[in-house]
Amino acid sequence: MFWEVTQTLLMGLWTTFQIFILTLLFALPLGLIMSFGLMSKFKPLRYLLNVLVWVIRGTPLMLQLIIIFYGPGLWLDHNIWSGNEAGRITATVVAFSINYACYFSVIFKGGIQGVPVGQREAGQVLGMTKSQIFFKVTLLQMIKRIVPPMSNEIITLVKDTSLARIIAAYELTFAGFSFMKSAGITWPLFYTGVFYLLFVGILTLLFNFIEKKLSYFR
Amino acid sequence: MSILEVKNIEKHFGATKVLNDVSFSLEEGQALAIIGSSGSGKTTLLRCLNFLETPNNGTITVKGNTLLDASLGKKMTDAELRKNRLHFGMVFQSFNLFPQYTALENVMLAEQLLAKEQPDYKANKKKIMEEIREHGCQLLTQMGLQERMNHYPHQLSGGQQQRVAIARALALKPDILCFDEPTSALDPELTGEVLKVIRSLAEQKTTMIIVTHEMAFARDVADQVIFMDDGYIVEQGVPSEVINNPKEERTRQFLARYLG
Repeated sequence: MFWEVTQTLLMGLWTTFQIFILTLLFALPLGLIMSFGLMSKFKPLRYLLNVLVWVIRGTPLMLQLIIIFYGPGLWLDHNIWSGNEAGRITATVVAFSINYACYFSVIFKGGIQGVPVGQREAGQVLGMTKSQIFFKVTLLQMIKRIVPPMSNEIITLVKDTSLARIIAAYELTFAGFSFMKSAGITWPLFYTGVFYLLFVGILTLLFNFIEKKLSYFR
Repeated sequence: MSILEVKNIEKHFGATKVLNDVSFSLEEGQALAIIGSSGSGKTTLLRCLNFLETPNNGTITVKGNTLLDASLGKKMTDAELRKNRLHFGMVFQSFNLFPQYTALENVMLAEQLLAKEQPDYKANKKKIMEEIREHGCQLLTQMGLQERMNHYPHQLSGGQQQRVAIARALALKPDILCFDEPTSALDPELTGEVLKVIRSLAEQKTTMIIVTHEMAFARDVADQVIFMDDGYIVEQGVPSEVINNPKEERTRQFLARYLG
Protein backbone atom coordinates (compact mmCIF):
# COMPACT_ATOMS: atom_id res chain seq x y z
CA MET A 1 0.00 0.00 0.00
CA PHE A 2 2.76 2.42 0.99
CA TRP A 3 4.46 1.92 -2.34
CA GLU A 4 1.21 2.46 -4.23
CA VAL A 5 0.53 5.69 -2.33
CA THR A 6 4.08 6.90 -2.94
CA GLN A 7 3.75 6.27 -6.67
CA THR A 8 0.44 8.13 -6.88
CA LEU A 9 1.75 11.04 -4.83
CA LEU A 10 4.85 11.27 -7.04
CA MET A 11 2.56 11.57 -10.04
CA GLY A 12 0.69 14.35 -8.28
CA LEU A 13 3.98 15.98 -7.36
CA TRP A 14 4.99 16.02 -11.01
CA THR A 15 1.85 18.02 -11.89
CA THR A 16 2.43 20.32 -8.92
CA PHE A 17 5.99 20.83 -10.04
CA GLN A 18 4.95 21.64 -13.61
CA ILE A 19 2.47 24.26 -12.42
CA PHE A 20 5.11 25.73 -10.12
CA ILE A 21 7.91 25.98 -12.67
CA LEU A 22 5.77 27.14 -15.58
CA THR A 23 4.12 29.81 -13.43
CA LEU A 24 7.52 31.16 -12.38
CA LEU A 25 8.75 31.03 -15.95
CA PHE A 26 5.90 33.25 -17.17
CA ALA A 27 5.17 35.35 -14.09
CA LEU A 28 8.74 36.55 -13.44
CA PRO A 29 9.33 38.30 -16.80
CA LEU A 30 5.68 39.43 -16.98
CA GLY A 31 5.97 40.89 -13.50
CA LEU A 32 9.15 42.75 -14.45
CA ILE A 33 7.49 44.26 -17.52
CA MET A 34 4.44 45.19 -15.43
CA SER A 35 6.66 46.86 -12.83
CA PHE A 36 8.03 49.17 -15.54
CA GLY A 37 4.42 49.97 -16.43
CA LEU A 38 3.63 50.70 -12.78
CA MET A 39 6.46 53.26 -12.78
CA SER A 40 5.65 54.63 -16.23
CA LYS A 41 5.29 58.38 -16.78
CA PHE A 42 2.30 57.61 -19.02
CA LYS A 43 -0.56 57.99 -16.56
CA PRO A 44 -3.31 55.93 -18.27
CA LEU A 45 -1.03 52.89 -18.37
CA ARG A 46 -0.13 53.36 -14.72
CA TYR A 47 -3.77 53.66 -13.67
CA LEU A 48 -4.79 50.66 -15.73
CA LEU A 49 -2.10 48.48 -14.19
CA ASN A 50 -2.89 49.70 -10.70
CA VAL A 51 -6.53 48.70 -11.18
CA LEU A 52 -5.44 45.31 -12.54
CA VAL A 53 -3.15 44.72 -9.56
CA TRP A 54 -5.93 45.79 -7.21
CA VAL A 55 -8.46 43.39 -8.78
CA ILE A 56 -6.08 40.44 -8.97
CA ARG A 57 -4.67 40.88 -5.50
CA GLY A 58 -8.08 41.71 -4.09
CA THR A 59 -9.92 38.57 -5.21
CA PRO A 60 -9.21 34.92 -4.36
CA LEU A 61 -6.88 33.06 -6.65
CA MET A 62 -9.34 30.14 -6.58
CA LEU A 63 -12.10 32.39 -7.94
CA GLN A 64 -9.79 33.60 -10.72
CA LEU A 65 -8.92 30.00 -11.57
CA ILE A 66 -12.58 28.97 -11.78
CA ILE A 67 -13.42 31.94 -14.03
CA ILE A 68 -10.46 31.33 -16.33
CA PHE A 69 -11.17 27.61 -16.64
CA TYR A 70 -14.96 27.65 -17.01
CA GLY A 71 -15.52 31.19 -18.32
CA PRO A 72 -14.44 30.76 -21.94
CA GLY A 73 -16.60 27.64 -22.39
CA LEU A 74 -19.68 29.45 -21.13
CA TRP A 75 -19.12 32.76 -22.95
CA LEU A 76 -17.83 31.39 -26.25
CA ASP A 77 -19.79 28.13 -26.28
CA HIS A 78 -16.44 26.55 -26.88
CA ASN A 79 -13.95 25.35 -24.28
CA ILE A 80 -10.58 26.80 -25.23
CA TRP A 81 -8.90 24.47 -22.71
CA SER A 82 -9.04 20.90 -23.89
CA GLY A 83 -10.82 18.77 -21.28
CA ASN A 84 -7.79 16.58 -20.57
CA GLU A 85 -5.15 16.93 -17.88
CA ALA A 86 -2.90 19.09 -20.09
CA GLY A 87 -5.77 21.53 -20.63
CA ARG A 88 -6.36 21.81 -16.89
CA ILE A 89 -2.70 22.41 -16.20
CA THR A 90 -2.55 25.04 -18.96
CA ALA A 91 -5.54 26.89 -17.53
CA THR A 92 -3.99 26.75 -14.07
CA VAL A 93 -0.67 28.11 -15.32
CA VAL A 94 -2.45 30.97 -17.12
CA ALA A 95 -4.46 31.95 -14.03
CA PHE A 96 -1.45 31.59 -11.73
CA SER A 97 0.87 33.52 -14.05
CA ILE A 98 -1.48 36.51 -14.16
CA ASN A 99 -1.97 36.40 -10.40
CA TYR A 100 1.69 36.01 -9.51
CA ALA A 101 2.87 38.55 -12.08
CA CYS A 102 0.79 41.13 -10.20
CA TYR A 103 2.42 40.28 -6.87
CA PHE A 104 5.88 40.15 -8.44
CA SER A 105 5.41 43.49 -10.21
CA VAL A 106 4.83 45.23 -6.89
CA ILE A 107 7.91 43.56 -5.41
CA PHE A 108 10.05 44.51 -8.43
CA LYS A 109 8.79 48.08 -8.26
CA GLY A 110 9.74 48.28 -4.60
CA GLY A 111 13.17 46.84 -5.32
CA ILE A 112 13.86 49.25 -8.16
CA GLN A 113 12.61 52.32 -6.31
CA GLY A 114 14.34 51.21 -3.12
CA VAL A 115 17.79 51.83 -4.57
CA PRO A 116 18.66 55.40 -3.54
CA VAL A 117 18.70 58.00 -6.35
CA GLY A 118 22.22 58.91 -5.23
CA GLN A 119 23.52 55.60 -6.56
CA ARG A 120 22.41 56.41 -10.09
CA GLU A 121 23.67 59.98 -9.80
CA ALA A 122 27.07 58.79 -8.56
CA GLY A 123 27.27 56.64 -11.69
CA GLN A 124 26.19 59.52 -13.91
CA VAL A 125 28.83 61.95 -12.64
CA LEU A 126 31.44 59.24 -13.23
CA GLY A 127 30.48 59.25 -16.90
CA MET A 128 28.76 55.86 -16.93
CA THR A 129 26.16 55.00 -19.52
CA LYS A 130 22.62 54.08 -18.53
CA SER A 131 23.25 50.40 -19.11
CA GLN A 132 26.54 50.49 -17.19
CA ILE A 133 24.72 52.10 -14.28
CA PHE A 134 22.00 49.44 -14.42
CA PHE A 135 24.24 46.41 -14.70
CA LYS A 136 27.24 47.54 -12.66
CA VAL A 137 25.59 49.64 -9.95
CA THR A 138 21.88 49.18 -9.33
CA LEU A 139 21.02 45.62 -10.45
CA LEU A 140 22.71 43.75 -7.61
CA GLN A 141 21.30 46.17 -5.04
CA MET A 142 17.81 45.53 -6.44
CA ILE A 143 18.27 41.77 -6.33
CA LYS A 144 19.40 41.98 -2.72
CA ARG A 145 16.28 43.95 -1.87
CA ILE A 146 13.80 41.66 -3.61
CA VAL A 147 15.13 38.27 -2.47
CA PRO A 148 13.32 38.18 0.92
CA PRO A 149 9.84 39.20 -0.36
CA MET A 150 10.30 37.02 -3.46
CA SER A 151 11.14 33.94 -1.43
CA ASN A 152 7.94 34.48 0.55
CA GLU A 153 5.84 34.62 -2.61
CA ILE A 154 7.54 31.65 -4.20
CA ILE A 155 7.00 29.52 -1.11
CA THR A 156 3.33 30.55 -1.12
CA LEU A 157 3.16 29.51 -4.77
CA VAL A 158 4.21 25.94 -3.88
CA LYS A 159 1.16 25.61 -1.64
CA ASP A 160 -1.18 27.57 -3.93
CA THR A 161 -0.72 24.90 -6.59
CA SER A 162 -3.14 22.79 -4.51
CA LEU A 163 -5.92 25.16 -5.63
CA ALA A 164 -5.76 23.51 -9.06
CA ARG A 165 -7.71 20.67 -7.47
CA ILE A 166 -10.84 22.83 -7.82
CA ILE A 167 -10.73 22.32 -11.60
CA ALA A 168 -9.80 18.67 -11.09
CA ALA A 169 -6.17 18.92 -12.08
CA TYR A 170 -4.51 15.87 -10.62
CA GLU A 171 -1.93 17.61 -8.46
CA LEU A 172 -0.38 16.53 -5.17
CA THR A 173 -3.23 17.38 -2.79
CA PHE A 174 -5.81 15.77 -5.10
CA ALA A 175 -3.64 12.64 -5.22
CA GLY A 176 -3.42 12.42 -1.43
CA PHE A 177 -7.13 13.07 -1.01
CA SER A 178 -8.05 10.34 -3.50
CA PHE A 179 -7.02 7.64 -1.02
CA MET A 180 -9.34 9.00 1.61
CA LYS A 181 -12.19 8.82 -0.83
CA SER A 182 -11.38 5.40 -2.27
CA ALA A 183 -9.88 3.51 0.68
CA GLY A 184 -10.98 5.61 3.65
CA ILE A 185 -7.44 6.04 4.92
CA THR A 186 -6.10 9.37 6.18
CA TRP A 187 -2.37 8.77 6.55
CA PRO A 188 -1.68 9.59 2.87
CA LEU A 189 -2.86 13.13 3.67
CA PHE A 190 -0.04 13.53 6.19
CA TYR A 191 2.34 11.87 3.78
CA THR A 192 1.24 14.47 1.22
CA GLY A 193 2.16 17.19 3.71
CA VAL A 194 5.66 15.74 3.92
CA PHE A 195 6.06 16.18 0.15
CA TYR A 196 5.17 19.89 0.45
CA LEU A 197 7.50 20.28 3.42
CA LEU A 198 10.40 18.79 1.48
CA PHE A 199 9.64 20.96 -1.56
CA VAL A 200 9.50 24.12 0.55
CA GLY A 201 12.52 22.98 2.58
CA ILE A 202 14.71 22.77 -0.52
CA LEU A 203 13.54 26.21 -1.66
CA THR A 204 14.22 27.66 1.79
CA LEU A 205 17.78 26.33 1.69
CA LEU A 206 18.22 27.82 -1.77
CA PHE A 207 16.97 31.26 -0.71
CA ASN A 208 19.07 31.20 2.45
CA PHE A 209 22.08 30.46 0.29
CA ILE A 210 21.32 33.39 -2.03
CA GLU A 211 20.73 35.74 0.90
CA LYS A 212 24.00 34.67 2.44
CA LYS A 213 25.83 35.17 -0.86
CA LEU A 214 24.52 38.76 -0.95
CA SER A 215 25.17 39.54 2.69
CA TYR A 216 28.71 40.79 2.09
CA PHE A 217 27.37 44.29 1.46
CA ARG A 218 24.62 46.44 2.89
CA MET B 1 41.67 82.45 -19.59
CA SER B 2 39.46 81.03 -16.83
CA ILE B 3 39.08 77.28 -16.66
CA LEU B 4 35.37 77.70 -15.92
CA GLU B 5 32.96 80.41 -17.04
CA VAL B 6 29.39 80.29 -15.83
CA LYS B 7 27.06 82.91 -17.28
CA ASN B 8 23.50 83.85 -16.44
CA ILE B 9 22.47 80.43 -15.16
CA GLU B 10 18.77 80.18 -14.38
CA LYS B 11 16.94 77.17 -13.07
CA HIS B 12 13.34 76.75 -12.05
CA PHE B 13 11.39 73.76 -10.82
CA GLY B 14 7.85 74.45 -11.95
CA ALA B 15 7.03 77.95 -10.76
CA THR B 16 9.82 78.03 -8.16
CA LYS B 17 12.94 79.86 -9.27
CA VAL B 18 15.94 78.22 -7.65
CA LEU B 19 18.76 79.98 -9.52
CA ASN B 20 18.63 83.52 -10.85
CA ASP B 21 21.21 85.00 -13.17
CA VAL B 22 24.15 83.19 -11.60
CA SER B 23 27.48 84.16 -13.18
CA PHE B 24 31.01 83.55 -12.01
CA SER B 25 34.35 82.35 -13.26
CA LEU B 26 37.09 80.24 -11.80
CA GLU B 27 40.82 80.22 -12.51
CA GLU B 28 42.77 77.01 -12.86
CA GLY B 29 44.24 75.79 -9.56
CA GLN B 30 41.90 77.88 -7.45
CA ALA B 31 39.40 76.81 -4.83
CA LEU B 32 36.00 78.45 -4.78
CA ALA B 33 33.79 78.19 -1.69
CA ILE B 34 30.05 78.69 -2.02
CA ILE B 35 28.30 79.62 1.22
CA GLY B 36 24.70 80.43 2.04
CA SER B 37 21.77 79.10 4.01
CA SER B 38 19.83 75.96 3.09
CA GLY B 39 17.60 76.45 0.08
CA SER B 40 19.71 79.26 -1.34
CA GLY B 41 20.47 77.25 -4.50
CA LYS B 42 24.06 76.15 -3.78
CA THR B 43 23.45 72.46 -4.31
CA THR B 44 21.31 73.06 -7.40
CA LEU B 45 24.15 75.10 -8.87
CA LEU B 46 26.60 72.21 -8.38
CA ARG B 47 24.06 69.81 -9.85
CA CYS B 48 23.76 72.03 -12.93
CA LEU B 49 27.54 72.01 -13.35
CA ASN B 50 27.52 68.21 -13.19
CA PHE B 51 24.60 68.05 -15.63
CA LEU B 52 22.38 66.30 -13.10
CA GLU B 53 20.00 69.21 -13.68
CA THR B 54 19.57 71.12 -16.90
CA PRO B 55 19.52 74.91 -16.46
CA ASN B 56 16.65 76.77 -18.11
CA ASN B 57 19.00 79.50 -19.19
CA GLY B 58 22.69 80.38 -19.33
CA THR B 59 25.99 78.96 -20.50
CA ILE B 60 28.70 76.78 -19.00
CA THR B 61 32.14 77.01 -20.58
CA VAL B 62 35.14 74.89 -19.61
CA LYS B 63 38.59 75.66 -21.04
CA GLY B 64 36.99 77.72 -23.77
CA ASN B 65 34.54 75.01 -24.84
CA THR B 66 30.93 75.90 -24.32
CA LEU B 67 29.46 72.70 -22.91
CA LEU B 68 26.00 74.09 -22.47
CA ASP B 69 24.14 76.96 -24.04
CA ALA B 70 20.56 76.75 -22.81
CA SER B 71 19.40 79.43 -25.28
CA LEU B 72 19.92 76.94 -28.14
CA GLY B 73 17.14 74.87 -26.59
CA LYS B 74 18.81 71.69 -27.73
CA LYS B 75 18.53 68.54 -25.69
CA MET B 76 21.90 66.93 -25.12
CA THR B 77 22.35 63.37 -26.32
CA ASP B 78 23.42 60.77 -23.78
CA ALA B 79 26.88 60.69 -25.34
CA GLU B 80 27.26 64.49 -25.04
CA LEU B 81 26.07 64.39 -21.45
CA ARG B 82 28.65 61.75 -20.57
CA LYS B 83 31.45 63.68 -22.23
CA ASN B 84 30.47 66.93 -20.52
CA ARG B 85 30.18 65.31 -17.12
CA LEU B 86 33.75 64.06 -17.30
CA HIS B 87 35.00 67.66 -16.99
CA PHE B 88 33.60 67.71 -13.48
CA GLY B 89 34.02 65.45 -10.48
CA MET B 90 31.42 65.35 -7.74
CA VAL B 91 31.62 64.48 -4.07
CA PHE B 92 28.17 64.10 -2.54
CA GLN B 93 27.00 65.00 0.93
CA SER B 94 25.89 61.40 1.52
CA PHE B 95 28.99 59.81 -0.13
CA ASN B 96 26.94 57.56 -2.45
CA LEU B 97 29.61 54.88 -2.54
CA PHE B 98 28.58 51.68 -4.32
CA PRO B 99 27.92 49.28 -1.41
CA GLN B 100 28.68 46.08 -3.32
CA TYR B 101 32.23 47.15 -4.16
CA THR B 102 35.30 47.53 -1.97
CA ALA B 103 36.93 50.92 -1.50
CA LEU B 104 39.43 50.14 -4.24
CA GLU B 105 36.76 48.78 -6.62
CA ASN B 106 34.71 51.93 -6.08
CA VAL B 107 37.69 54.02 -7.14
CA MET B 108 38.58 51.83 -10.14
CA LEU B 109 35.13 51.11 -11.58
CA ALA B 110 34.60 54.17 -13.79
CA GLU B 111 38.16 54.10 -15.09
CA GLN B 112 37.85 50.41 -15.96
CA LEU B 113 34.59 50.97 -17.80
CA LEU B 114 36.11 53.83 -19.79
CA ALA B 115 39.20 51.76 -20.61
CA LYS B 116 37.02 48.97 -22.00
CA GLU B 117 35.72 51.40 -24.62
CA GLN B 118 39.22 52.13 -25.93
CA PRO B 119 40.17 50.39 -29.19
CA ASP B 120 43.50 49.13 -27.82
CA TYR B 121 41.90 47.62 -24.71
CA LYS B 122 41.80 43.99 -25.84
CA ALA B 123 45.45 43.98 -26.91
CA ASN B 124 46.80 45.53 -23.70
CA LYS B 125 44.15 44.38 -21.27
CA LYS B 126 46.51 43.19 -18.55
CA LYS B 127 48.73 46.23 -18.63
CA ILE B 128 45.81 48.69 -18.64
CA MET B 129 44.08 46.96 -15.72
CA GLU B 130 47.34 46.91 -13.77
CA GLU B 131 47.79 50.65 -14.35
CA ILE B 132 44.26 51.38 -13.19
CA ARG B 133 44.78 49.33 -10.06
CA GLU B 134 48.01 51.16 -9.31
CA HIS B 135 46.31 54.50 -9.85
CA GLY B 136 43.47 53.48 -7.52
CA CYS B 137 45.89 52.34 -4.80
CA GLN B 138 47.87 55.54 -5.16
CA LEU B 139 44.72 57.69 -4.76
CA LEU B 140 43.56 55.80 -1.68
CA THR B 141 47.04 56.04 -0.17
CA GLN B 142 46.93 59.77 -0.81
CA MET B 143 43.68 59.80 1.20
CA GLY B 144 45.40 57.93 4.03
CA LEU B 145 43.38 54.76 3.36
CA GLN B 146 46.14 52.31 2.36
CA GLU B 147 44.97 49.99 5.16
CA ARG B 148 41.32 50.09 4.07
CA MET B 149 41.47 49.43 0.32
CA ASN B 150 39.68 46.10 0.46
CA HIS B 151 37.02 47.11 2.95
CA TYR B 152 33.40 47.47 1.89
CA PRO B 153 31.70 50.83 2.52
CA HIS B 154 29.67 49.51 5.46
CA GLN B 155 32.91 48.53 7.17
CA LEU B 156 34.20 52.12 7.02
CA SER B 157 33.44 55.17 9.14
CA GLY B 158 31.67 58.13 7.54
CA GLY B 159 34.92 60.06 7.30
CA GLN B 160 36.65 57.13 5.62
CA GLN B 161 33.73 56.65 3.22
CA GLN B 162 33.87 60.30 2.21
CA ARG B 163 37.61 60.04 1.59
CA VAL B 164 36.99 57.02 -0.65
CA ALA B 165 34.38 59.12 -2.47
CA ILE B 166 36.96 61.88 -2.99
CA ALA B 167 39.45 59.34 -4.39
CA ARG B 168 36.72 58.00 -6.68
CA ALA B 169 35.94 61.50 -7.95
CA LEU B 170 39.65 62.16 -8.58
CA ALA B 171 40.17 58.89 -10.47
CA LEU B 172 38.99 60.27 -13.81
CA LYS B 173 41.14 63.40 -13.40
CA PRO B 174 38.32 65.94 -13.73
CA ASP B 175 39.14 69.54 -14.60
CA ILE B 176 37.06 70.77 -11.70
CA LEU B 177 36.22 68.87 -8.53
CA CYS B 178 32.92 69.76 -6.86
CA PHE B 179 32.07 69.13 -3.21
CA ASP B 180 28.46 69.29 -2.04
CA GLU B 181 28.60 69.88 1.71
CA PRO B 182 31.17 67.10 2.09
CA THR B 183 31.13 67.12 5.90
CA SER B 184 27.46 67.80 6.64
CA ALA B 185 26.54 64.13 7.04
CA LEU B 186 29.49 63.40 9.33
CA ASP B 187 29.78 63.28 13.10
CA PRO B 188 31.67 66.36 14.27
CA GLU B 189 34.75 64.38 15.27
CA LEU B 190 35.05 62.98 11.73
CA THR B 191 34.88 66.27 9.80
CA GLY B 192 38.54 67.05 10.50
CA GLU B 193 39.97 64.15 8.51
CA VAL B 194 37.89 65.04 5.45
CA LEU B 195 38.68 68.75 5.64
CA LYS B 196 42.37 67.89 5.95
CA VAL B 197 42.22 65.95 2.68
CA ILE B 198 40.44 68.79 0.89
CA ARG B 199 42.98 71.25 2.28
CA SER B 200 45.85 69.16 0.92
CA LEU B 201 44.13 69.05 -2.48
CA ALA B 202 43.97 72.85 -2.39
CA GLU B 203 47.67 72.99 -1.61
CA GLN B 204 48.32 70.83 -4.68
CA LYS B 205 46.39 73.40 -6.74
CA THR B 206 43.40 71.23 -7.55
CA THR B 207 40.65 73.33 -9.11
CA MET B 208 37.70 72.97 -6.76
CA ILE B 209 34.23 74.26 -5.97
CA ILE B 210 33.22 73.59 -2.39
CA VAL B 211 29.71 74.11 -1.08
CA THR B 212 30.17 74.27 2.66
CA HIS B 213 28.87 75.45 6.01
CA GLU B 214 32.35 75.36 7.53
CA MET B 215 33.10 79.11 7.51
CA ALA B 216 36.51 78.90 9.15
CA PHE B 217 37.53 76.26 6.62
CA ALA B 218 36.24 78.31 3.68
CA ARG B 219 38.16 81.34 4.90
CA ASP B 220 41.41 79.35 5.19
CA VAL B 221 41.28 77.25 2.06
CA ALA B 222 39.28 79.15 -0.56
CA ASP B 223 40.77 81.63 -3.00
CA GLN B 224 37.30 82.91 -3.86
CA VAL B 225 34.04 82.94 -1.91
CA ILE B 226 30.51 83.27 -3.25
CA PHE B 227 27.62 84.02 -0.90
CA MET B 228 24.26 82.95 -2.26
CA ASP B 229 20.81 83.80 -1.02
CA ASP B 230 17.44 82.97 -2.52
CA GLY B 231 18.97 81.83 -5.81
CA TYR B 232 21.09 84.92 -6.35
CA ILE B 233 24.79 85.53 -5.90
CA VAL B 234 24.73 88.32 -3.32
CA GLU B 235 28.43 88.82 -2.92
CA GLN B 236 31.62 87.36 -4.31
CA GLY B 237 35.30 88.00 -3.79
CA VAL B 238 38.31 86.90 -1.80
CA PRO B 239 37.56 85.43 1.64
CA SER B 240 39.16 88.29 3.52
CA GLU B 241 36.49 90.54 2.04
CA VAL B 242 33.37 88.34 1.82
CA ILE B 243 33.80 86.56 5.15
CA ASN B 244 35.76 89.09 7.18
CA ASN B 245 34.36 92.37 5.78
CA PRO B 246 31.10 91.67 3.97
CA LYS B 247 29.60 94.62 2.13
CA GLU B 248 26.06 93.34 1.90
CA GLU B 249 23.64 93.34 4.81
CA ARG B 250 22.35 89.85 3.95
CA THR B 251 25.88 88.42 4.03
CA ARG B 252 26.48 90.02 7.43
CA GLN B 253 23.27 88.56 8.84
CA PHE B 254 24.12 85.11 7.53
CA LEU B 255 27.67 85.17 8.87
CA ALA B 256 26.53 86.50 12.25
CA ARG B 257 24.51 83.31 12.68
CA TYR B 258 27.50 81.13 11.78
CA LEU B 259 30.40 82.90 13.39
CA GLY B 260 28.43 83.89 16.50
